[in-house]
Amino acid sequence: MRVWRQHPFAFLLALGLLALILSVFVGRFPQPYWMPPSLLQENELARQLVFNLRLPRLLTAFLLGMALGGAGAVMQMIFRNPLVEPGFLGVSQGAGFGAALAIIKISNAPLVVAVSAASFALLGLVFSYALARNLHYGNWVLRLVLAGIAVSALFSSGIGVLKYAADPLKQLPEITFWLLGGLWGITWREVLYIVPMVLPALFILWLMRWRLNLLSLSDDTAFSLGVAVGRERALLLVASVAATAAVVSVAGIVGWIGLIVPHIARRLIGTDAQHALPVAMLLGGIFALVCDDLARTLFVAEIPLGILTSLFGALVFAGLMMSAMPRSRE
Amino acid sequence: MNTPPILSLTDLCFGYVPHAQVLRGISLDILPGTITAILGPNGAGKTTLLRVILGLLTPQRGTIRLAGKPQKSFSRREMSRLIGLVPQSEYVPFDFSVLEFVLLGRAPYLGPLDMPQESDRAIAREALRAIGLEHLRERVTPSLSGGERQLAMMARALVQQPRLLLLDEPTSHLDLSNRDRVLNVLRAQARAGVTIIFTTHDPNLTATIADYVILMRQGALLAAGPLEATLTAENLTATYGIPVRVTRVDGQLFVVA
Repeated sequence: MRVWRQHPFAFLLALGLLALILSVFVGRFPQPYWMPPSLLQENELARQLVFNLRLPRLLTAFLLGMALGGAGAVMQMIFRNPLVEPGFLGVSQGAGFGAALAIIKISNAPLVVAVSAASFALLGLVFSYALARNLHYGNWVLRLVLAGIAVSALFSSGIGVLKYAADPLKQLPEITFWLLGGLWGITWREVLYIVPMVLPALFILWLMRWRLNLLSLSDDTAFSLGVAVGRERALLLVASVAATAAVVSVAGIVGWIGLIVPHIARRLIGTDAQHALPVAMLLGGIFALVCDDLARTLFVAEIPLGILTSLFGALVFAGLMMSAMPRSRE
Repeated sequence: MNTPPILSLTDLCFGYVPHAQVLRGISLDILPGTITAILGPNGAGKTTLLRVILGLLTPQRGTIRLAGKPQKSFSRREMSRLIGLVPQSEYVPFDFSVLEFVLLGRAPYLGPLDMPQESDRAIAREALRAIGLEHLRERVTPSLSGGERQLAMMARALVQQPRLLLLDEPTSHLDLSNRDRVLNVLRAQARAGVTIIFTTHDPNLTATIADYVILMRQGALLAAGPLEATLTAENLTATYGIPVRVTRVDGQLFVVA
């Protein structure tokens, strides 16, 4: 693994590109698991399938993983809490509530569900923020964490009510499937919808990646090092939430990527966010892409993506945490 | 003396809540390149005073002037090049290596989008060498002992290259030899023109290193001035409310409570 040690970023970039290219030929057409590349030249249907369905889906999976991995790494640092995940400020549960509401009350058209989910995701953030401002307990970070927990619980009880009220044959499966996350309905339209949100947000996070380290220090220390703590934290928070809300609104609640991938990234390359953040983004992208490949390939019926990310995320995480950390041996 | 003070406080008052003043009318001048100790019982307002000087807390009354200019006229960034802080302890939930941690002290010289360069790393390594932590530079901060962590925070403040260094109980976790090393570093900094202000509960540490002493009680100055004239049995007894004796050992003041 000399390449990894000397150029980890280039290594992951190459790996990601390779995964993207291979994923084009993975699927259940024309036969399960693998499509011979030559078919692209011979078969019109194969071309249609690859360009209209597989490509937008692969790109969305990669963006989803990048957004969740990156936003998770950022939010863990600005909240000085390694157990935080990007949707915890009411964003994930808000999106779930918005999606369920749309499915029951308006329409199950993908774009309607996505817009409703995104709106309620941002509403969740606004609620959490407003509640945190009015709590009389602990410091700002702790208040935000508590407010996020409360607002998430509120929305998840709302989801419960909606599921209870849903038509058990038509609407309930759809809600459940959405809540487990998945990319089955992705077309170029969804890609166009999330790219203008996700890419600029990730670019801002990437630009400020070294600065992010300073925000993981205590407020006093960060202040003494010249950091405008409140303003810089808010900027990174908004960028992270925007990226998260965008991908969650089209993909549903895909669990564990935002929590686990940053841990894996830090373990592989060290805590310094200058390196850990880009690694978390790329690793998240690769991880989501591979999980989605499995989700759409393993069985005739698609497996919800969230189930696979949780399963493999937990396994990889446990394995990595049990193995000795390379840096602590010195 | 006709050198202008680096820090000048006039009638400074501060309270975290109205009607409960933590600092009551503090006025003092600190000259550049001097070492000043702030002594006082728990809750006397020592740490609060440091936080007000740093600009973390805004005083309700009074003025703060730094290098002759009002504190408010400095931007956040200018302030961070002027004043460095070594907190008493700091919880960092992530596994930074000691070098990465110390390198964060370069932030005042790096723009929001800049990454530290090789020159910044060289300054960080030099600070680690001065403070005696070079051998631990790849260790992760949570695995350090309390004293080593205190040294790392001090190295980070040195990397900041401030003109005024504020330290909150800098030797509270240090063994004798590390304490000696820190005192030597502080003396060297003072000789190079850096002004040092530290809080402490140890009058004998004060006697070893300080040029000036500030005694605080209940948010007010009880006495302030040159070491020999201020660190007296009478003043210390008034500060702590218990009988204190001051003698001499090898020509240096020695305080017995």
